[in-house]
Amino acid sequence: MGAQKKGATARVSEDPEELARHPLQAILLADSFTTKFRPITLERPKVLLPLANIPMIDYTLAWLESAGVEEVFVFCCAHSKQVIDYLESSDWSSQPNFLVATIESHNSISAGDALRLIYERHVIHGDFVLISGDTVSNMSLTQALQEHKERRKKDANAIMTMVVKQSKPSPITQQSRLGTDELFMAINPDTKQLLCYEDKAEYSKGFISLDKTLIADNPSTVLHNDKQDCYIDICSEEVLSLFTDNFDYQHLRRHFVKGLLVDDIMGYKIFTHEIHSSYAARIDNFRSYDTISKDIIQRWTYPFVPDVLCGNSAIRVERRGTYRASEITLSRSAQIGPFIVIGQGTEIGNDTKISHSVIGEGCTIGSNVTIEGSYIWNNVTIEDGCELRHAIVCDGVTMKSGAVLEPGVVLSFKVVVGQQFVVPAYSMVSLLQQPTQQDSDEELEYADSSSGNVELPSAKLNGDITSDLSETRHGPTSELGTGGVGYIWSIFEGGHDEEWRHSVAPIPTDKLAKIMLDKDEDEELLTQDGNVLSPSGELKSDSDANDSEDGDNEGSRDDYVSFEKEVEATFLRAVHENVKVDHVILEVNALRLSYNMASVDCAGAIFYSMMKLAVESPHSSSSELHRNAADVITTWQNLLKSFLHDIDEEIEVILKFEEICLESAKEFSPLFAQILHLLYDKDILEEDAILRWADEKEGADESDKVFVQRAEKFLQVRNELIMSIRVCIWLL
Amino acid sequence: MPDTQALVNDFLNQLKKRKIEGSQATAKQTAELLRSVISQTRVPYTNQAGALIDSVKAVGERLIAANPVELAVGNIVRRVLHIIREEDVSLTTAAMAGLNLSAVSDDEDDADRDDRPVLSAAAVAAASRSTLRPPSLQTLLEDVPDSAAVPHTSSSGGDSEGKSKSADKSSRSRKLKHDVIEAVNELIQDINTCHEQIAEQAVEHIHQNEVILTLGSSRTVLEFLCAAKEKKRSFRVFVAEGAPRYQGHLLAKELVARGLQTTLITDSAVFAMISRVNMVIVGAHAVMANGGVIAPVGLNMVALAAQKHAVPFVVLAGSHKLCPLYPHNPEVLLNELRSPSELLDFGEFSDCMDFGSGNGAPLLHVVNPTFDYVPPKLVSLFITDTGGHNPSYMYRLIADYYSADDLVVQRRPTSGN
Repeated sequence: MGAQKKGATARVSEDPEELARHPLQAILLADSFTTKFRPITLERPKVLLPLANIPMIDYTLAWLESAGVEEVFVFCCAHSKQVIDYLESSDWSSQPNFLVATIESHNSISAGDALRLIYERHVIHGDFVLISGDTVSNMSLTQALQEHKERRKKDANAIMTMVVKQSKPSPITQQSRLGTDELFMAINPDTKQLLCYEDKAEYSKGFISLDKTLIADNPSTVLHNDKQDCYIDICSEEVLSLFTDNFDYQHLRRHFVKGLLVDDIMGYKIFTHEIHSSYAARIDNFRSYDTISKDIIQRWTYPFVPDVLCGNSAIRVERRGTYRASEITLSRSAQIGPFIVIGQGTEIGNDTKISHSVIGEGCTIGSNVTIEGSYIWNNVTIEDGCELRHAIVCDGVTMKSGAVLEPGVVLSFKVVVGQQFVVPAYSMVSLLQQPTQQDSDEELEYADSSSGNVELPSAKLNGDITSDLSETRHGPTSELGTGGVGYIWSIFEGGHDEEWRHSVAPIPTDKLAKIMLDKDEDEELLTQDGNVLSPSGELKSDSDANDSEDGDNEGSRDDYVSFEKEVEATFLRAVHENVKVDHVILEVNALRLSYNMASVDCAGAIFYSMMKLAVESPHSSSSELHRNAADVITTWQNLLKSFLHDIDEEIEVILKFEEICLESAKEFSPLFAQILHLLYDKDILEEDAILRWADEKEGADESDKVFVQRAEKFLQVRNELIMSIRVCIWLL
Repeated sequence: MPDTQALVNDFLNQLKKRKIEGSQATAKQTAELLRSVISQTRVPYTNQAGALIDSVKAVGERLIAANPVELAVGNIVRRVLHIIREEDVSLTTAAMAGLNLSAVSDDEDDADRDDRPVLSAAAVAAASRSTLRPPSLQTLLEDVPDSAAVPHTSSSGGDSEGKSKSADKSSRSRKLKHDVIEAVNELIQDINTCHEQIAEQAVEHIHQNEVILTLGSSRTVLEFLCAAKEKKRSFRVFVAEGAPRYQGHLLAKELVARGLQTTLITDSAVFAMISRVNMVIVGAHAVMANGGVIAPVGLNMVALAAQKHAVPFVVLAGSHKLCPLYPHNPEVLLNELRSPSELLDFGEFSDCMDFGSGNGAPLLHVVNPTFDYVPPKLVSLFITDTGGHNPSYMYRLIADYYSADDLVVQRRPTSGN
């Protein structure tokens, strides 16, 4: 207990210091500006959704309070009235030393808008914690804050500290536990500076590109894929003004963080703080809702666990993670399995089996019901013989006897499922009709979330359900069986395959098998890539970080072809009009910039044009062709050399030559070794490049090796030469 | 009143968030809070003790609910209630003796107290005592059954008399409150000095060249060992580290800083080392009425090892740790399950807790309980601030500190949950 005491006194002694400067402030975004929790979020804001029977925002506020934050500005947008009402009725409004103020907005459509609005209010003075209302954590802020402040003292540009946590992505799906995409972060291990943030990395691509200057500037860089972004940021005041300056910043990560990392004019820096033993995670989708609920039940978020956090009703922890409120009616024959939470006033009938689930307050559950891995909110009626597996059931739902919910189903508020009706897997059911607007594109999400709310008639927002019910009763009652009320939302086009990714249900085994298969293929693809590209080519620093998808992508392939044509035209014009070499270089460089190509591509394209010229000039025999080629190469060697800065580019030329021999001008293939020799003699290609090329080809298919064999003799001579030189050196 | 309300809420909050660690700190803060509650309570002319008891109970109930695992809160609430009752009775008897007005005593006794035997003579003695004296046959015999007449003459005459004797009463009410606050101050003093009082007895128990084993860290144990060291006893200490919080490491550090020969061992090595040990000295979280101990996790294992090798198992506990409840009481069965991150690193094991694959149920479950229950038969001796006691004697000690009415701290006692 000594350590704990020390910790407590340290915290106490530090608090007055903090107070003397200014109170620590926090901005809590009570709107996620996404639509991932639809249809539930049409009727209730995401932050008020219960997580193990306690609204999410309570976890966030409780953490902020315990972390020593004194003023919290809760920004509410969608359903702002509900959030404000909740906060006013809860204990949070009457806490001493913990001020919770709300900022309401009706037209903000993104986090960027929210921060711009807060900036206009001039309420933030000094460093603040930026967090969204769906974050669960128990970390201590003291150290992170201190680090942030110290960095600020040394470097005024260190404006943000991002909290990250180690979390291994699932070995099977490459997703993290939270159902988010794989996240790549490049971090300088010494300074902890964040250098690159890539959350949209495609699985198929298998590589990401880093800015060359980034590697040049930082002596060491570690690229992580096992870091989880906790979405807890410690920001300086400047962050708000930056959002105001850059009015197009919408998304905190996609625009703001990436914008800062790319922008080297202002030189703002973002740092990371890694937490080890504490917990922090954000509920982003249904999968993370499921995961974090289970983490809470397993007490990783201690002390923010149901039995400690619960307000008035006492909840008791029993063996195997069973949380029971004090007043529940439980049949003797009911089997209450491991890891469940049962809220107050719930009744559970005979022979009902419940495991890995959360049951809200005031629910009535009949006999012979099976509930597995499901989240049942308050005042739900489940009649006899129902089966629920991995479903979310919102407040006031009625399931008539014998109804079945297949995995991944979400029943929104007050839906009624008819007798013996089977709700198909992954369906979303709501009393409200699906908004006509599709939101398959994620980029549109923030625009969508508000428009969706505007569409709704206000009566529905106020929870005037009676009119709703009468409306819908006339409507598609058959959709949910006899006596059922509600609409099954159609799953948008192309999204069907992806449904399982973000659903509460575990990934079905067939999908898992498919992913495994895909992954193997990916790996094969990767190894192939490794053969085609030189090892250094893989690390090839793409001068433009935005163009991360070179080569593989169809679009950029097309770009390359037209680029090649342009270069060829330029080159031919130069040949026919006797343009100076310098001018050609200038022109090609201009082309390179306009097509957004690397200098490697230029070298390839120029060499291609040269060879094409040689082929197209009249020749009768291969020796003549050889002479032609030699002529062209001698004439234009300076041009070619100006694009051959390093060995990678030279290798590219050889590869290009190989390609030419194979595809466009087969006449060259017998001359391969000779021309290679010629290029070597003219100092266009260096010995290293050729040897490297040969090395790489070593592991390739037989068909690929043709040219290596052709060049064998040449290579042999080279190798012998090297050996003899080495021997000489050794002898000396 | 609003002042105390804020204080109470603040303390409740701290208890809830588990921000106060250690039963001594909790006990002290509880006592201080209750003292301010008492001083803020307006006492009516009639039934002053009842009003005080009610307000203390009201606060106490919420405090206990805020952190049911920390038994020291409930102990102190009950102690304060007991103090109020005792002071009330002693005042009454004093008044009876002085003014010879037998009826005055009646209006202090309301309906929910009438089953309590009024230990009038004992209470008079209690008012003047400074240290708690062990209960004796004498006090039991002294229990004069004059309280039998009490419930009959109820408030009928009380009101009229209240008016006529208002001057006398107001001074008396001030007297009662004053006395209670004095007694609570004494209690706080006791809590503050419990370490020293326990440590004073160290020389009687630790002998030259002995080997002492302890587990985890307890301030009481530290003071106890250091007190023996100061008295020029030379002995060695084995410290079991106390996984998963490893507070034994801190204890070892402190002991070494005070110049004690210390050996640090893992918890699992306890059985191997116990044969070389002369005595096991440990702290406790709470001592139950039957002499059982709620102790930091791992102590039951140590106690069993000690029993196997017939090594004395000594538990040090301040009087605020004495709990009038029995271990079969549902409130006591609670164990604080702390975060699994004390056991293993979440990041390293996060792939074991992937709910996306399989049937959604994690195969890994980490349990991190804080407390163990050590049954009374494994305990050789308790050392409290009043001296050494046998486990079977604890219930007498507890009867001395608490009154039976307060075992369930609820204003309207219902069938307990």
